[in-house]
Amino acid sequence: MKIAFTASGTSWDSMIDPRFGRTAYIFLFDEETGQTSAIDNSAVKNEAHGAGTATSEKFYELKPDVLITGNGPGETAAKALKHLNMKIFVNAHDLTLKQAYEKMKNGELQEI
Amino acid sequence: MTEKKPLKIAIASGKGGTGKTLLATNLAAWLAISESTLLVDLDVEEPNDFIFINGNTESITDQFKMIPGWDASKCSLCGNCSAVCKYHTVVKLGTMIAVFDELCHSCYACSELCPENALPMKPRKMGEISNITAGNLTFLESRLRVGEEQAVPLINKTHSLVKNEFMNFTVQIFDCPPGTTCPVIAATKHTDFVILVTEPTPFGLNDLKLAVETIQQLKKPMGVVINRFGMGDQGVEEFCVNAGIPVLARIPFSRKITGLYSSGTLVYDKIEGFDRAMKDIVQFIQKSISNA
Amino acid sequence: MHEIVVLSGKGGTGKTSVAAALAVLAGNKAVIADCDVDAANMHLLLQPDFALGTEFYSGEQAEIDPELCIQCGKCADVCRFDAIETLDGKYYVKKLDCEGCGYCEKVCPSEAITMKERKSGQVYISKTRMQNTMVHARLDIGADNSGKLVTKVKNEAKKLAVENKKDFIIVDGSPGIGCPVVSSLAGATYVILVTEPTQSGLHDLERVWQVIKKFRIPAGCIINKSDLNEEKTSEIRTFIHQEKIDFLTEIPYNDNFTKSMIEGKTIAESQTMLKPLIENIWKQVNEKLTNKN
Repeated sequence: MKIAFTASGTSWDSMIDPRFGRTAYIFLFDEETGQTSAIDNSAVKNEAHGAGTATSEKFYELKPDVLITGNGPGETAAKALKHLNMKIFVNAHDLTLKQAYEKMKNGELQEI
Repeated sequence: MTEKKPLKIAIASGKGGTGKTLLATNLAAWLAISESTLLVDLDVEEPNDFIFINGNTESITDQFKMIPGWDASKCSLCGNCSAVCKYHTVVKLGTMIAVFDELCHSCYACSELCPENALPMKPRKMGEISNITAGNLTFLESRLRVGEEQAVPLINKTHSLVKNEFMNFTVQIFDCPPGTTCPVIAATKHTDFVILVTEPTPFGLNDLKLAVETIQQLKKPMGVVINRFGMGDQGVEEFCVNAGIPVLARIPFSRKITGLYSSGTLVYDKIEGFDRAMKDIVQFIQKSISNA
Repeated sequence: MHEIVVLSGKGGTGKTSVAAALAVLAGNKAVIADCDVDAANMHLLLQPDFALGTEFYSGEQAEIDPELCIQCGKCADVCRFDAIETLDGKYYVKKLDCEGCGYCEKVCPSEAITMKERKSGQVYISKTRMQNTMVHARLDIGADNSGKLVTKVKNEAKKLAVENKKDFIIVDGSPGIGCPVVSSLAGATYVILVTEPTQSGLHDLERVWQVIKKFRIPAGCIINKSDLNEEKTSEIRTFIHQEKIDFLTEIPYNDNFTKSMIEGKTIAESQTMLKPLIENIWKQVNEKLTNKN
């Protein structure tokens, strides 16, 4: 499974970014290969409008199976993500990526 | 039909909650007793004038803006549309092009620059305008559809509707959106005179200063109406004197007004001295326009 | 760390007075963020020193280089906002009308048009008169308030709160229900709603609550000027109860709100009945936040 996080930094110890559209980074973890990567989302973060749809567009290129985030995508972004077969877990703000991942694995994160 | 152009008065404020709706509805209702008057609610995101104006709805017309629609059969998925769109309205989601209507500014770039002509423009409802008759008063309410992000196109559309079909009035009152951003500029741009409503407090003064700067950029004549007069300090009065902006009227702070207002009732015929204030406002504006 | 956001939906309900008073009560345990960037007023009560200001850019606008322009007029033809005009045969962009769509740049045959970042305001990091850190902003006239400036203010506040190990961020939220409100809510742990018993007060409370609910953030409500319309007050009470919003308090109309404002003080510093009221609200909110953890 490929897990995506909205992240405020580029390592496992970074905090979850509560925002979807304006997240600082998209952190990816591939459970099969153990590989991680962080995609800089600052170009979108600085957009005046349409941050939600612009970030959604990226998700269609990355095609993760799971998203772990904070507040959850806004209305427009949620619409955009509908056709991407991706599970979304929310309310992980105040956690590091590592903590959030473990909580998700233990079934302690809320799925929407 | 009269050849005379209507007097167009905008009512605005630096922020909400100052009494803009109170003044717009009561001034319009008071004017309608003797003049043919049109009231237009341009606060399209939160139109509230209807609470105070009870009349017959003559018509409700849908208002449209043009947005692109995706024609999958023509599309080559080149992604040019998504690259061109500065608002991320048009995005490429895997093997489909999605259009997020509510974000669209109707710039036509994606549509006209599409090499396959796969994004023809089509109309989308952005809101509606209700035409209401309340005694002598004609009232237009312009209301943005919930979730629609662009107020300016609807405000512009309402102004052109007024210009094309509602010129046969002596006075037109426009209740504008609060603030200092683009919608206020769009709403006040086509009017002859701007009334700024404020309250005599430090917050009111701060918001008034911003509103004055905005209207100055448009080079419109303006005046101030102080609402809840007597509750605060002299700051607003002093600012108006120093900036050379006339204070057109002072609406006293009264529990009676607040009580009537909170229950959705017009106050101009129930509060002593209110019609005097309305008269002062209109006379001043007429004088300043004819002098100009 | 707890992030407390004060919201109202409608203007003029006393939102900023409440937020500023909470900022005083939280003292040096908090960083303060004024996210009401459209009509920022919190600085009038907290008197920040505007010590560190940075320019803020948002969106773009077209600019025509007269040296490169061949006066073909294609840009003006495609512009749907009538933002390009000629003056003495020279093409120029009307800044207030340009929506930054970039269509003109794409069709210009001589590369005379570039899209430039649009300066839309200033962001400040200040010390208040109580020497607490406050992040605030000023939006330029006619500039567009997207959520971006609000996000910027909040992020700065959050960064400073983490760095200095503060317990709270107190946020004066944006008005309305659009993008700026969503941005001021992002990451919030508790929302305080300040409303008043008028038709529009209730209407706007319901609308803003729809937004908060989506983010599943717990909230409490203050009914200000509660004696102005008993009927509406009881409608609001019913609504709060139904929606499981914490009822924090009711404040009868009190001109000490205005009096404190004129003195440049918050209601937490006024020697009136408003002082114990706001202290009690602060206590309640603290209890709710502690119980949650």
